[in-house]
Amino acid sequence: MADAAATEHAATEHAAPGLAAPGPVAPSRWSGRIALWLLLAPALLWLLALIVLPHVELALLSFRERVGPRQYVASLAQYRTFFDEPLYWHVFIRTAWMSILSTLLTLLLAFPTAWVIAKIARGRAGALLFAVCLIPFWVSETVRTLGWIILLRESGVLPALLVKLGITAVPVELLYRDATILVGLVYTSMLFMLVPLVSSLESLDDSLIEAAYDLGAGGFAILRTIVIPHAAPGITAGCIIVFMLTLGNYLTPTLLGGKNSAWFTEQIYTQFITRFNWEQGAALGFLLLALSTGLVVSGLRLTGQRFGDVMRRT
Amino acid sequence: MRAATWLYIGAFLAFLFLPLAVVGFFAFNDADYPAPPWRGFTWDWFLGSAAAGRTGLFQDRELLTSIGTSAYVAAWVTLLAVSAGTTNAFLLERGRFRGKQALSILMLAPLVIPGVILGISILAFASRIADVADDVFGWDADWLRPGLPLVILGQFSYVVTIATLTISARLRRFDPTLEEAALNLGASRAAVLRTIMLPFLRPALLGSAAISFLLSFEDFNTTLMLVGSDAPLTILMYGRMREGATPVLNAVSLFLMAASGVLALTLLRRNSKAG
Repeated sequence: MADAAATEHAATEHAAPGLAAPGPVAPSRWSGRIALWLLLAPALLWLLALIVLPHVELALLSFRERVGPRQYVASLAQYRTFFDEPLYWHVFIRTAWMSILSTLLTLLLAFPTAWVIAKIARGRAGALLFAVCLIPFWVSETVRTLGWIILLRESGVLPALLVKLGITAVPVELLYRDATILVGLVYTSMLFMLVPLVSSLESLDDSLIEAAYDLGAGGFAILRTIVIPHAAPGITAGCIIVFMLTLGNYLTPTLLGGKNSAWFTEQIYTQFITRFNWEQGAALGFLLLALSTGLVVSGLRLTGQRFGDVMRRT
Repeated sequence: MRAATWLYIGAFLAFLFLPLAVVGFFAFNDADYPAPPWRGFTWDWFLGSAAAGRTGLFQDRELLTSIGTSAYVAAWVTLLAVSAGTTNAFLLERGRFRGKQALSILMLAPLVIPGVILGISILAFASRIADVADDVFGWDADWLRPGLPLVILGQFSYVVTIATLTISARLRRFDPTLEEAALNLGASRAAVLRTIMLPFLRPALLGSAAISFLLSFEDFNTTLMLVGSDAPLTILMYGRMREGATPVLNAVSLFLMAASGVLALTLLRRNSKAG
């Protein structure tokens, strides 16, 4: 018995392979191992077949060039095209820039609301307001975008309202502008900013703020030295998720921006699906992935946080 | 200060709800396009038939079929994601093996890979396998070509991460003394799983099932890259919106809002009951 307890203890210490099973009947090594492999199988199958190997395939595709029917050579041609063709990298930079802009706007708009939910409304009222703010995100992005189209297009609600109010003489087209794309992106991302912000602000102790007021600190000083440092994990988490989703968005830019959207995911789609140029599409895909991962990693570095913690927060 | 606060919240809520409100509103407008002015109330966009010149939601075969397709895909994704999410949760919470940390980080990766990239990578890999199967064995692996099986796999590839996170969070809160007591009293492992673990995990299983279904039903990016000839609802709606939509899209949207609302309310009530 003492022996079994000792092995179990050793197992926890040295993480011998197996499955932790409480109770006096320690499972035999074999049954523990079999159980472990049974649990590992779906996880490995998922990660290898749907995540790792597909990305390896994508990498291989991006590093080859078609020289004849069914003949390929290893080359950097796809990446060279990206840099030689101004259209590609213009759209790339534009997508990155607009995504950063829309992430900042989302943060700016969500923060006061998160503050009200976590600190001013409180209790049932706060919970209710929070729940109400989340309602639109139960509906699909397609539906929400349809709403914006009806609101903003030339024959839509807002242009008609502007005419009625005498602000414009004739209905103006509000769709197909960069600002429209930003509005749509901010709207679509709001949930992913609001949730981590509220949860990080809720844990802020009010007495800290009161103490700061008592010691004569101004509102801005408190925001800068107490609130923002405390909410930093939530801010980072929200910004990372929003940035990534915005960068990879397809629906909102193409529908609200129309032909002027020039969004990078659209070019990937064109290469992959319309032109059937998978090599080029794969290279563009990797560049997008690199941009997304790069900014996520640098965001984490900048604020000194760990990926796992941030993800669990959201 | 207080007035300014409530003004801000009011404006914020207007921003959030205005798009949904107009979608619902114009589902009942007696006009051929979802646009002002208001021309009177009609049920045409729900009940109208092609013969009358207005195909309403319940007569629109294409739309109804795509709702069915979405539900079919979502049911599979839910089943797969909740099953794999449960085994993953046990693996992460109970397993002891080398590389567990790395594996748990890798499991989070699908959340930071843009959906479009997940879609094209799975498309490329599946085609490679299908080509090899065809060249080497002469097998005709049609299900690896764009179509619903690939859509299901593509959505599953990231939905399962969310299911895993939800179920592991619940499993972490499990009190192991309950399990010990049952084992001490002579219960078999299967009995413990059935009578103690699964009932304890039930809220997380139901919650993750609902979230999985919703995520799958609403997925656009990954689906767009993997879809074949059977279009799920989001893809069909997107296509029609590019062509210039009739209010039948408002009608189907309203239907979706109602369905989501019911789902959300059931979940909230369940949660508040569970405490």
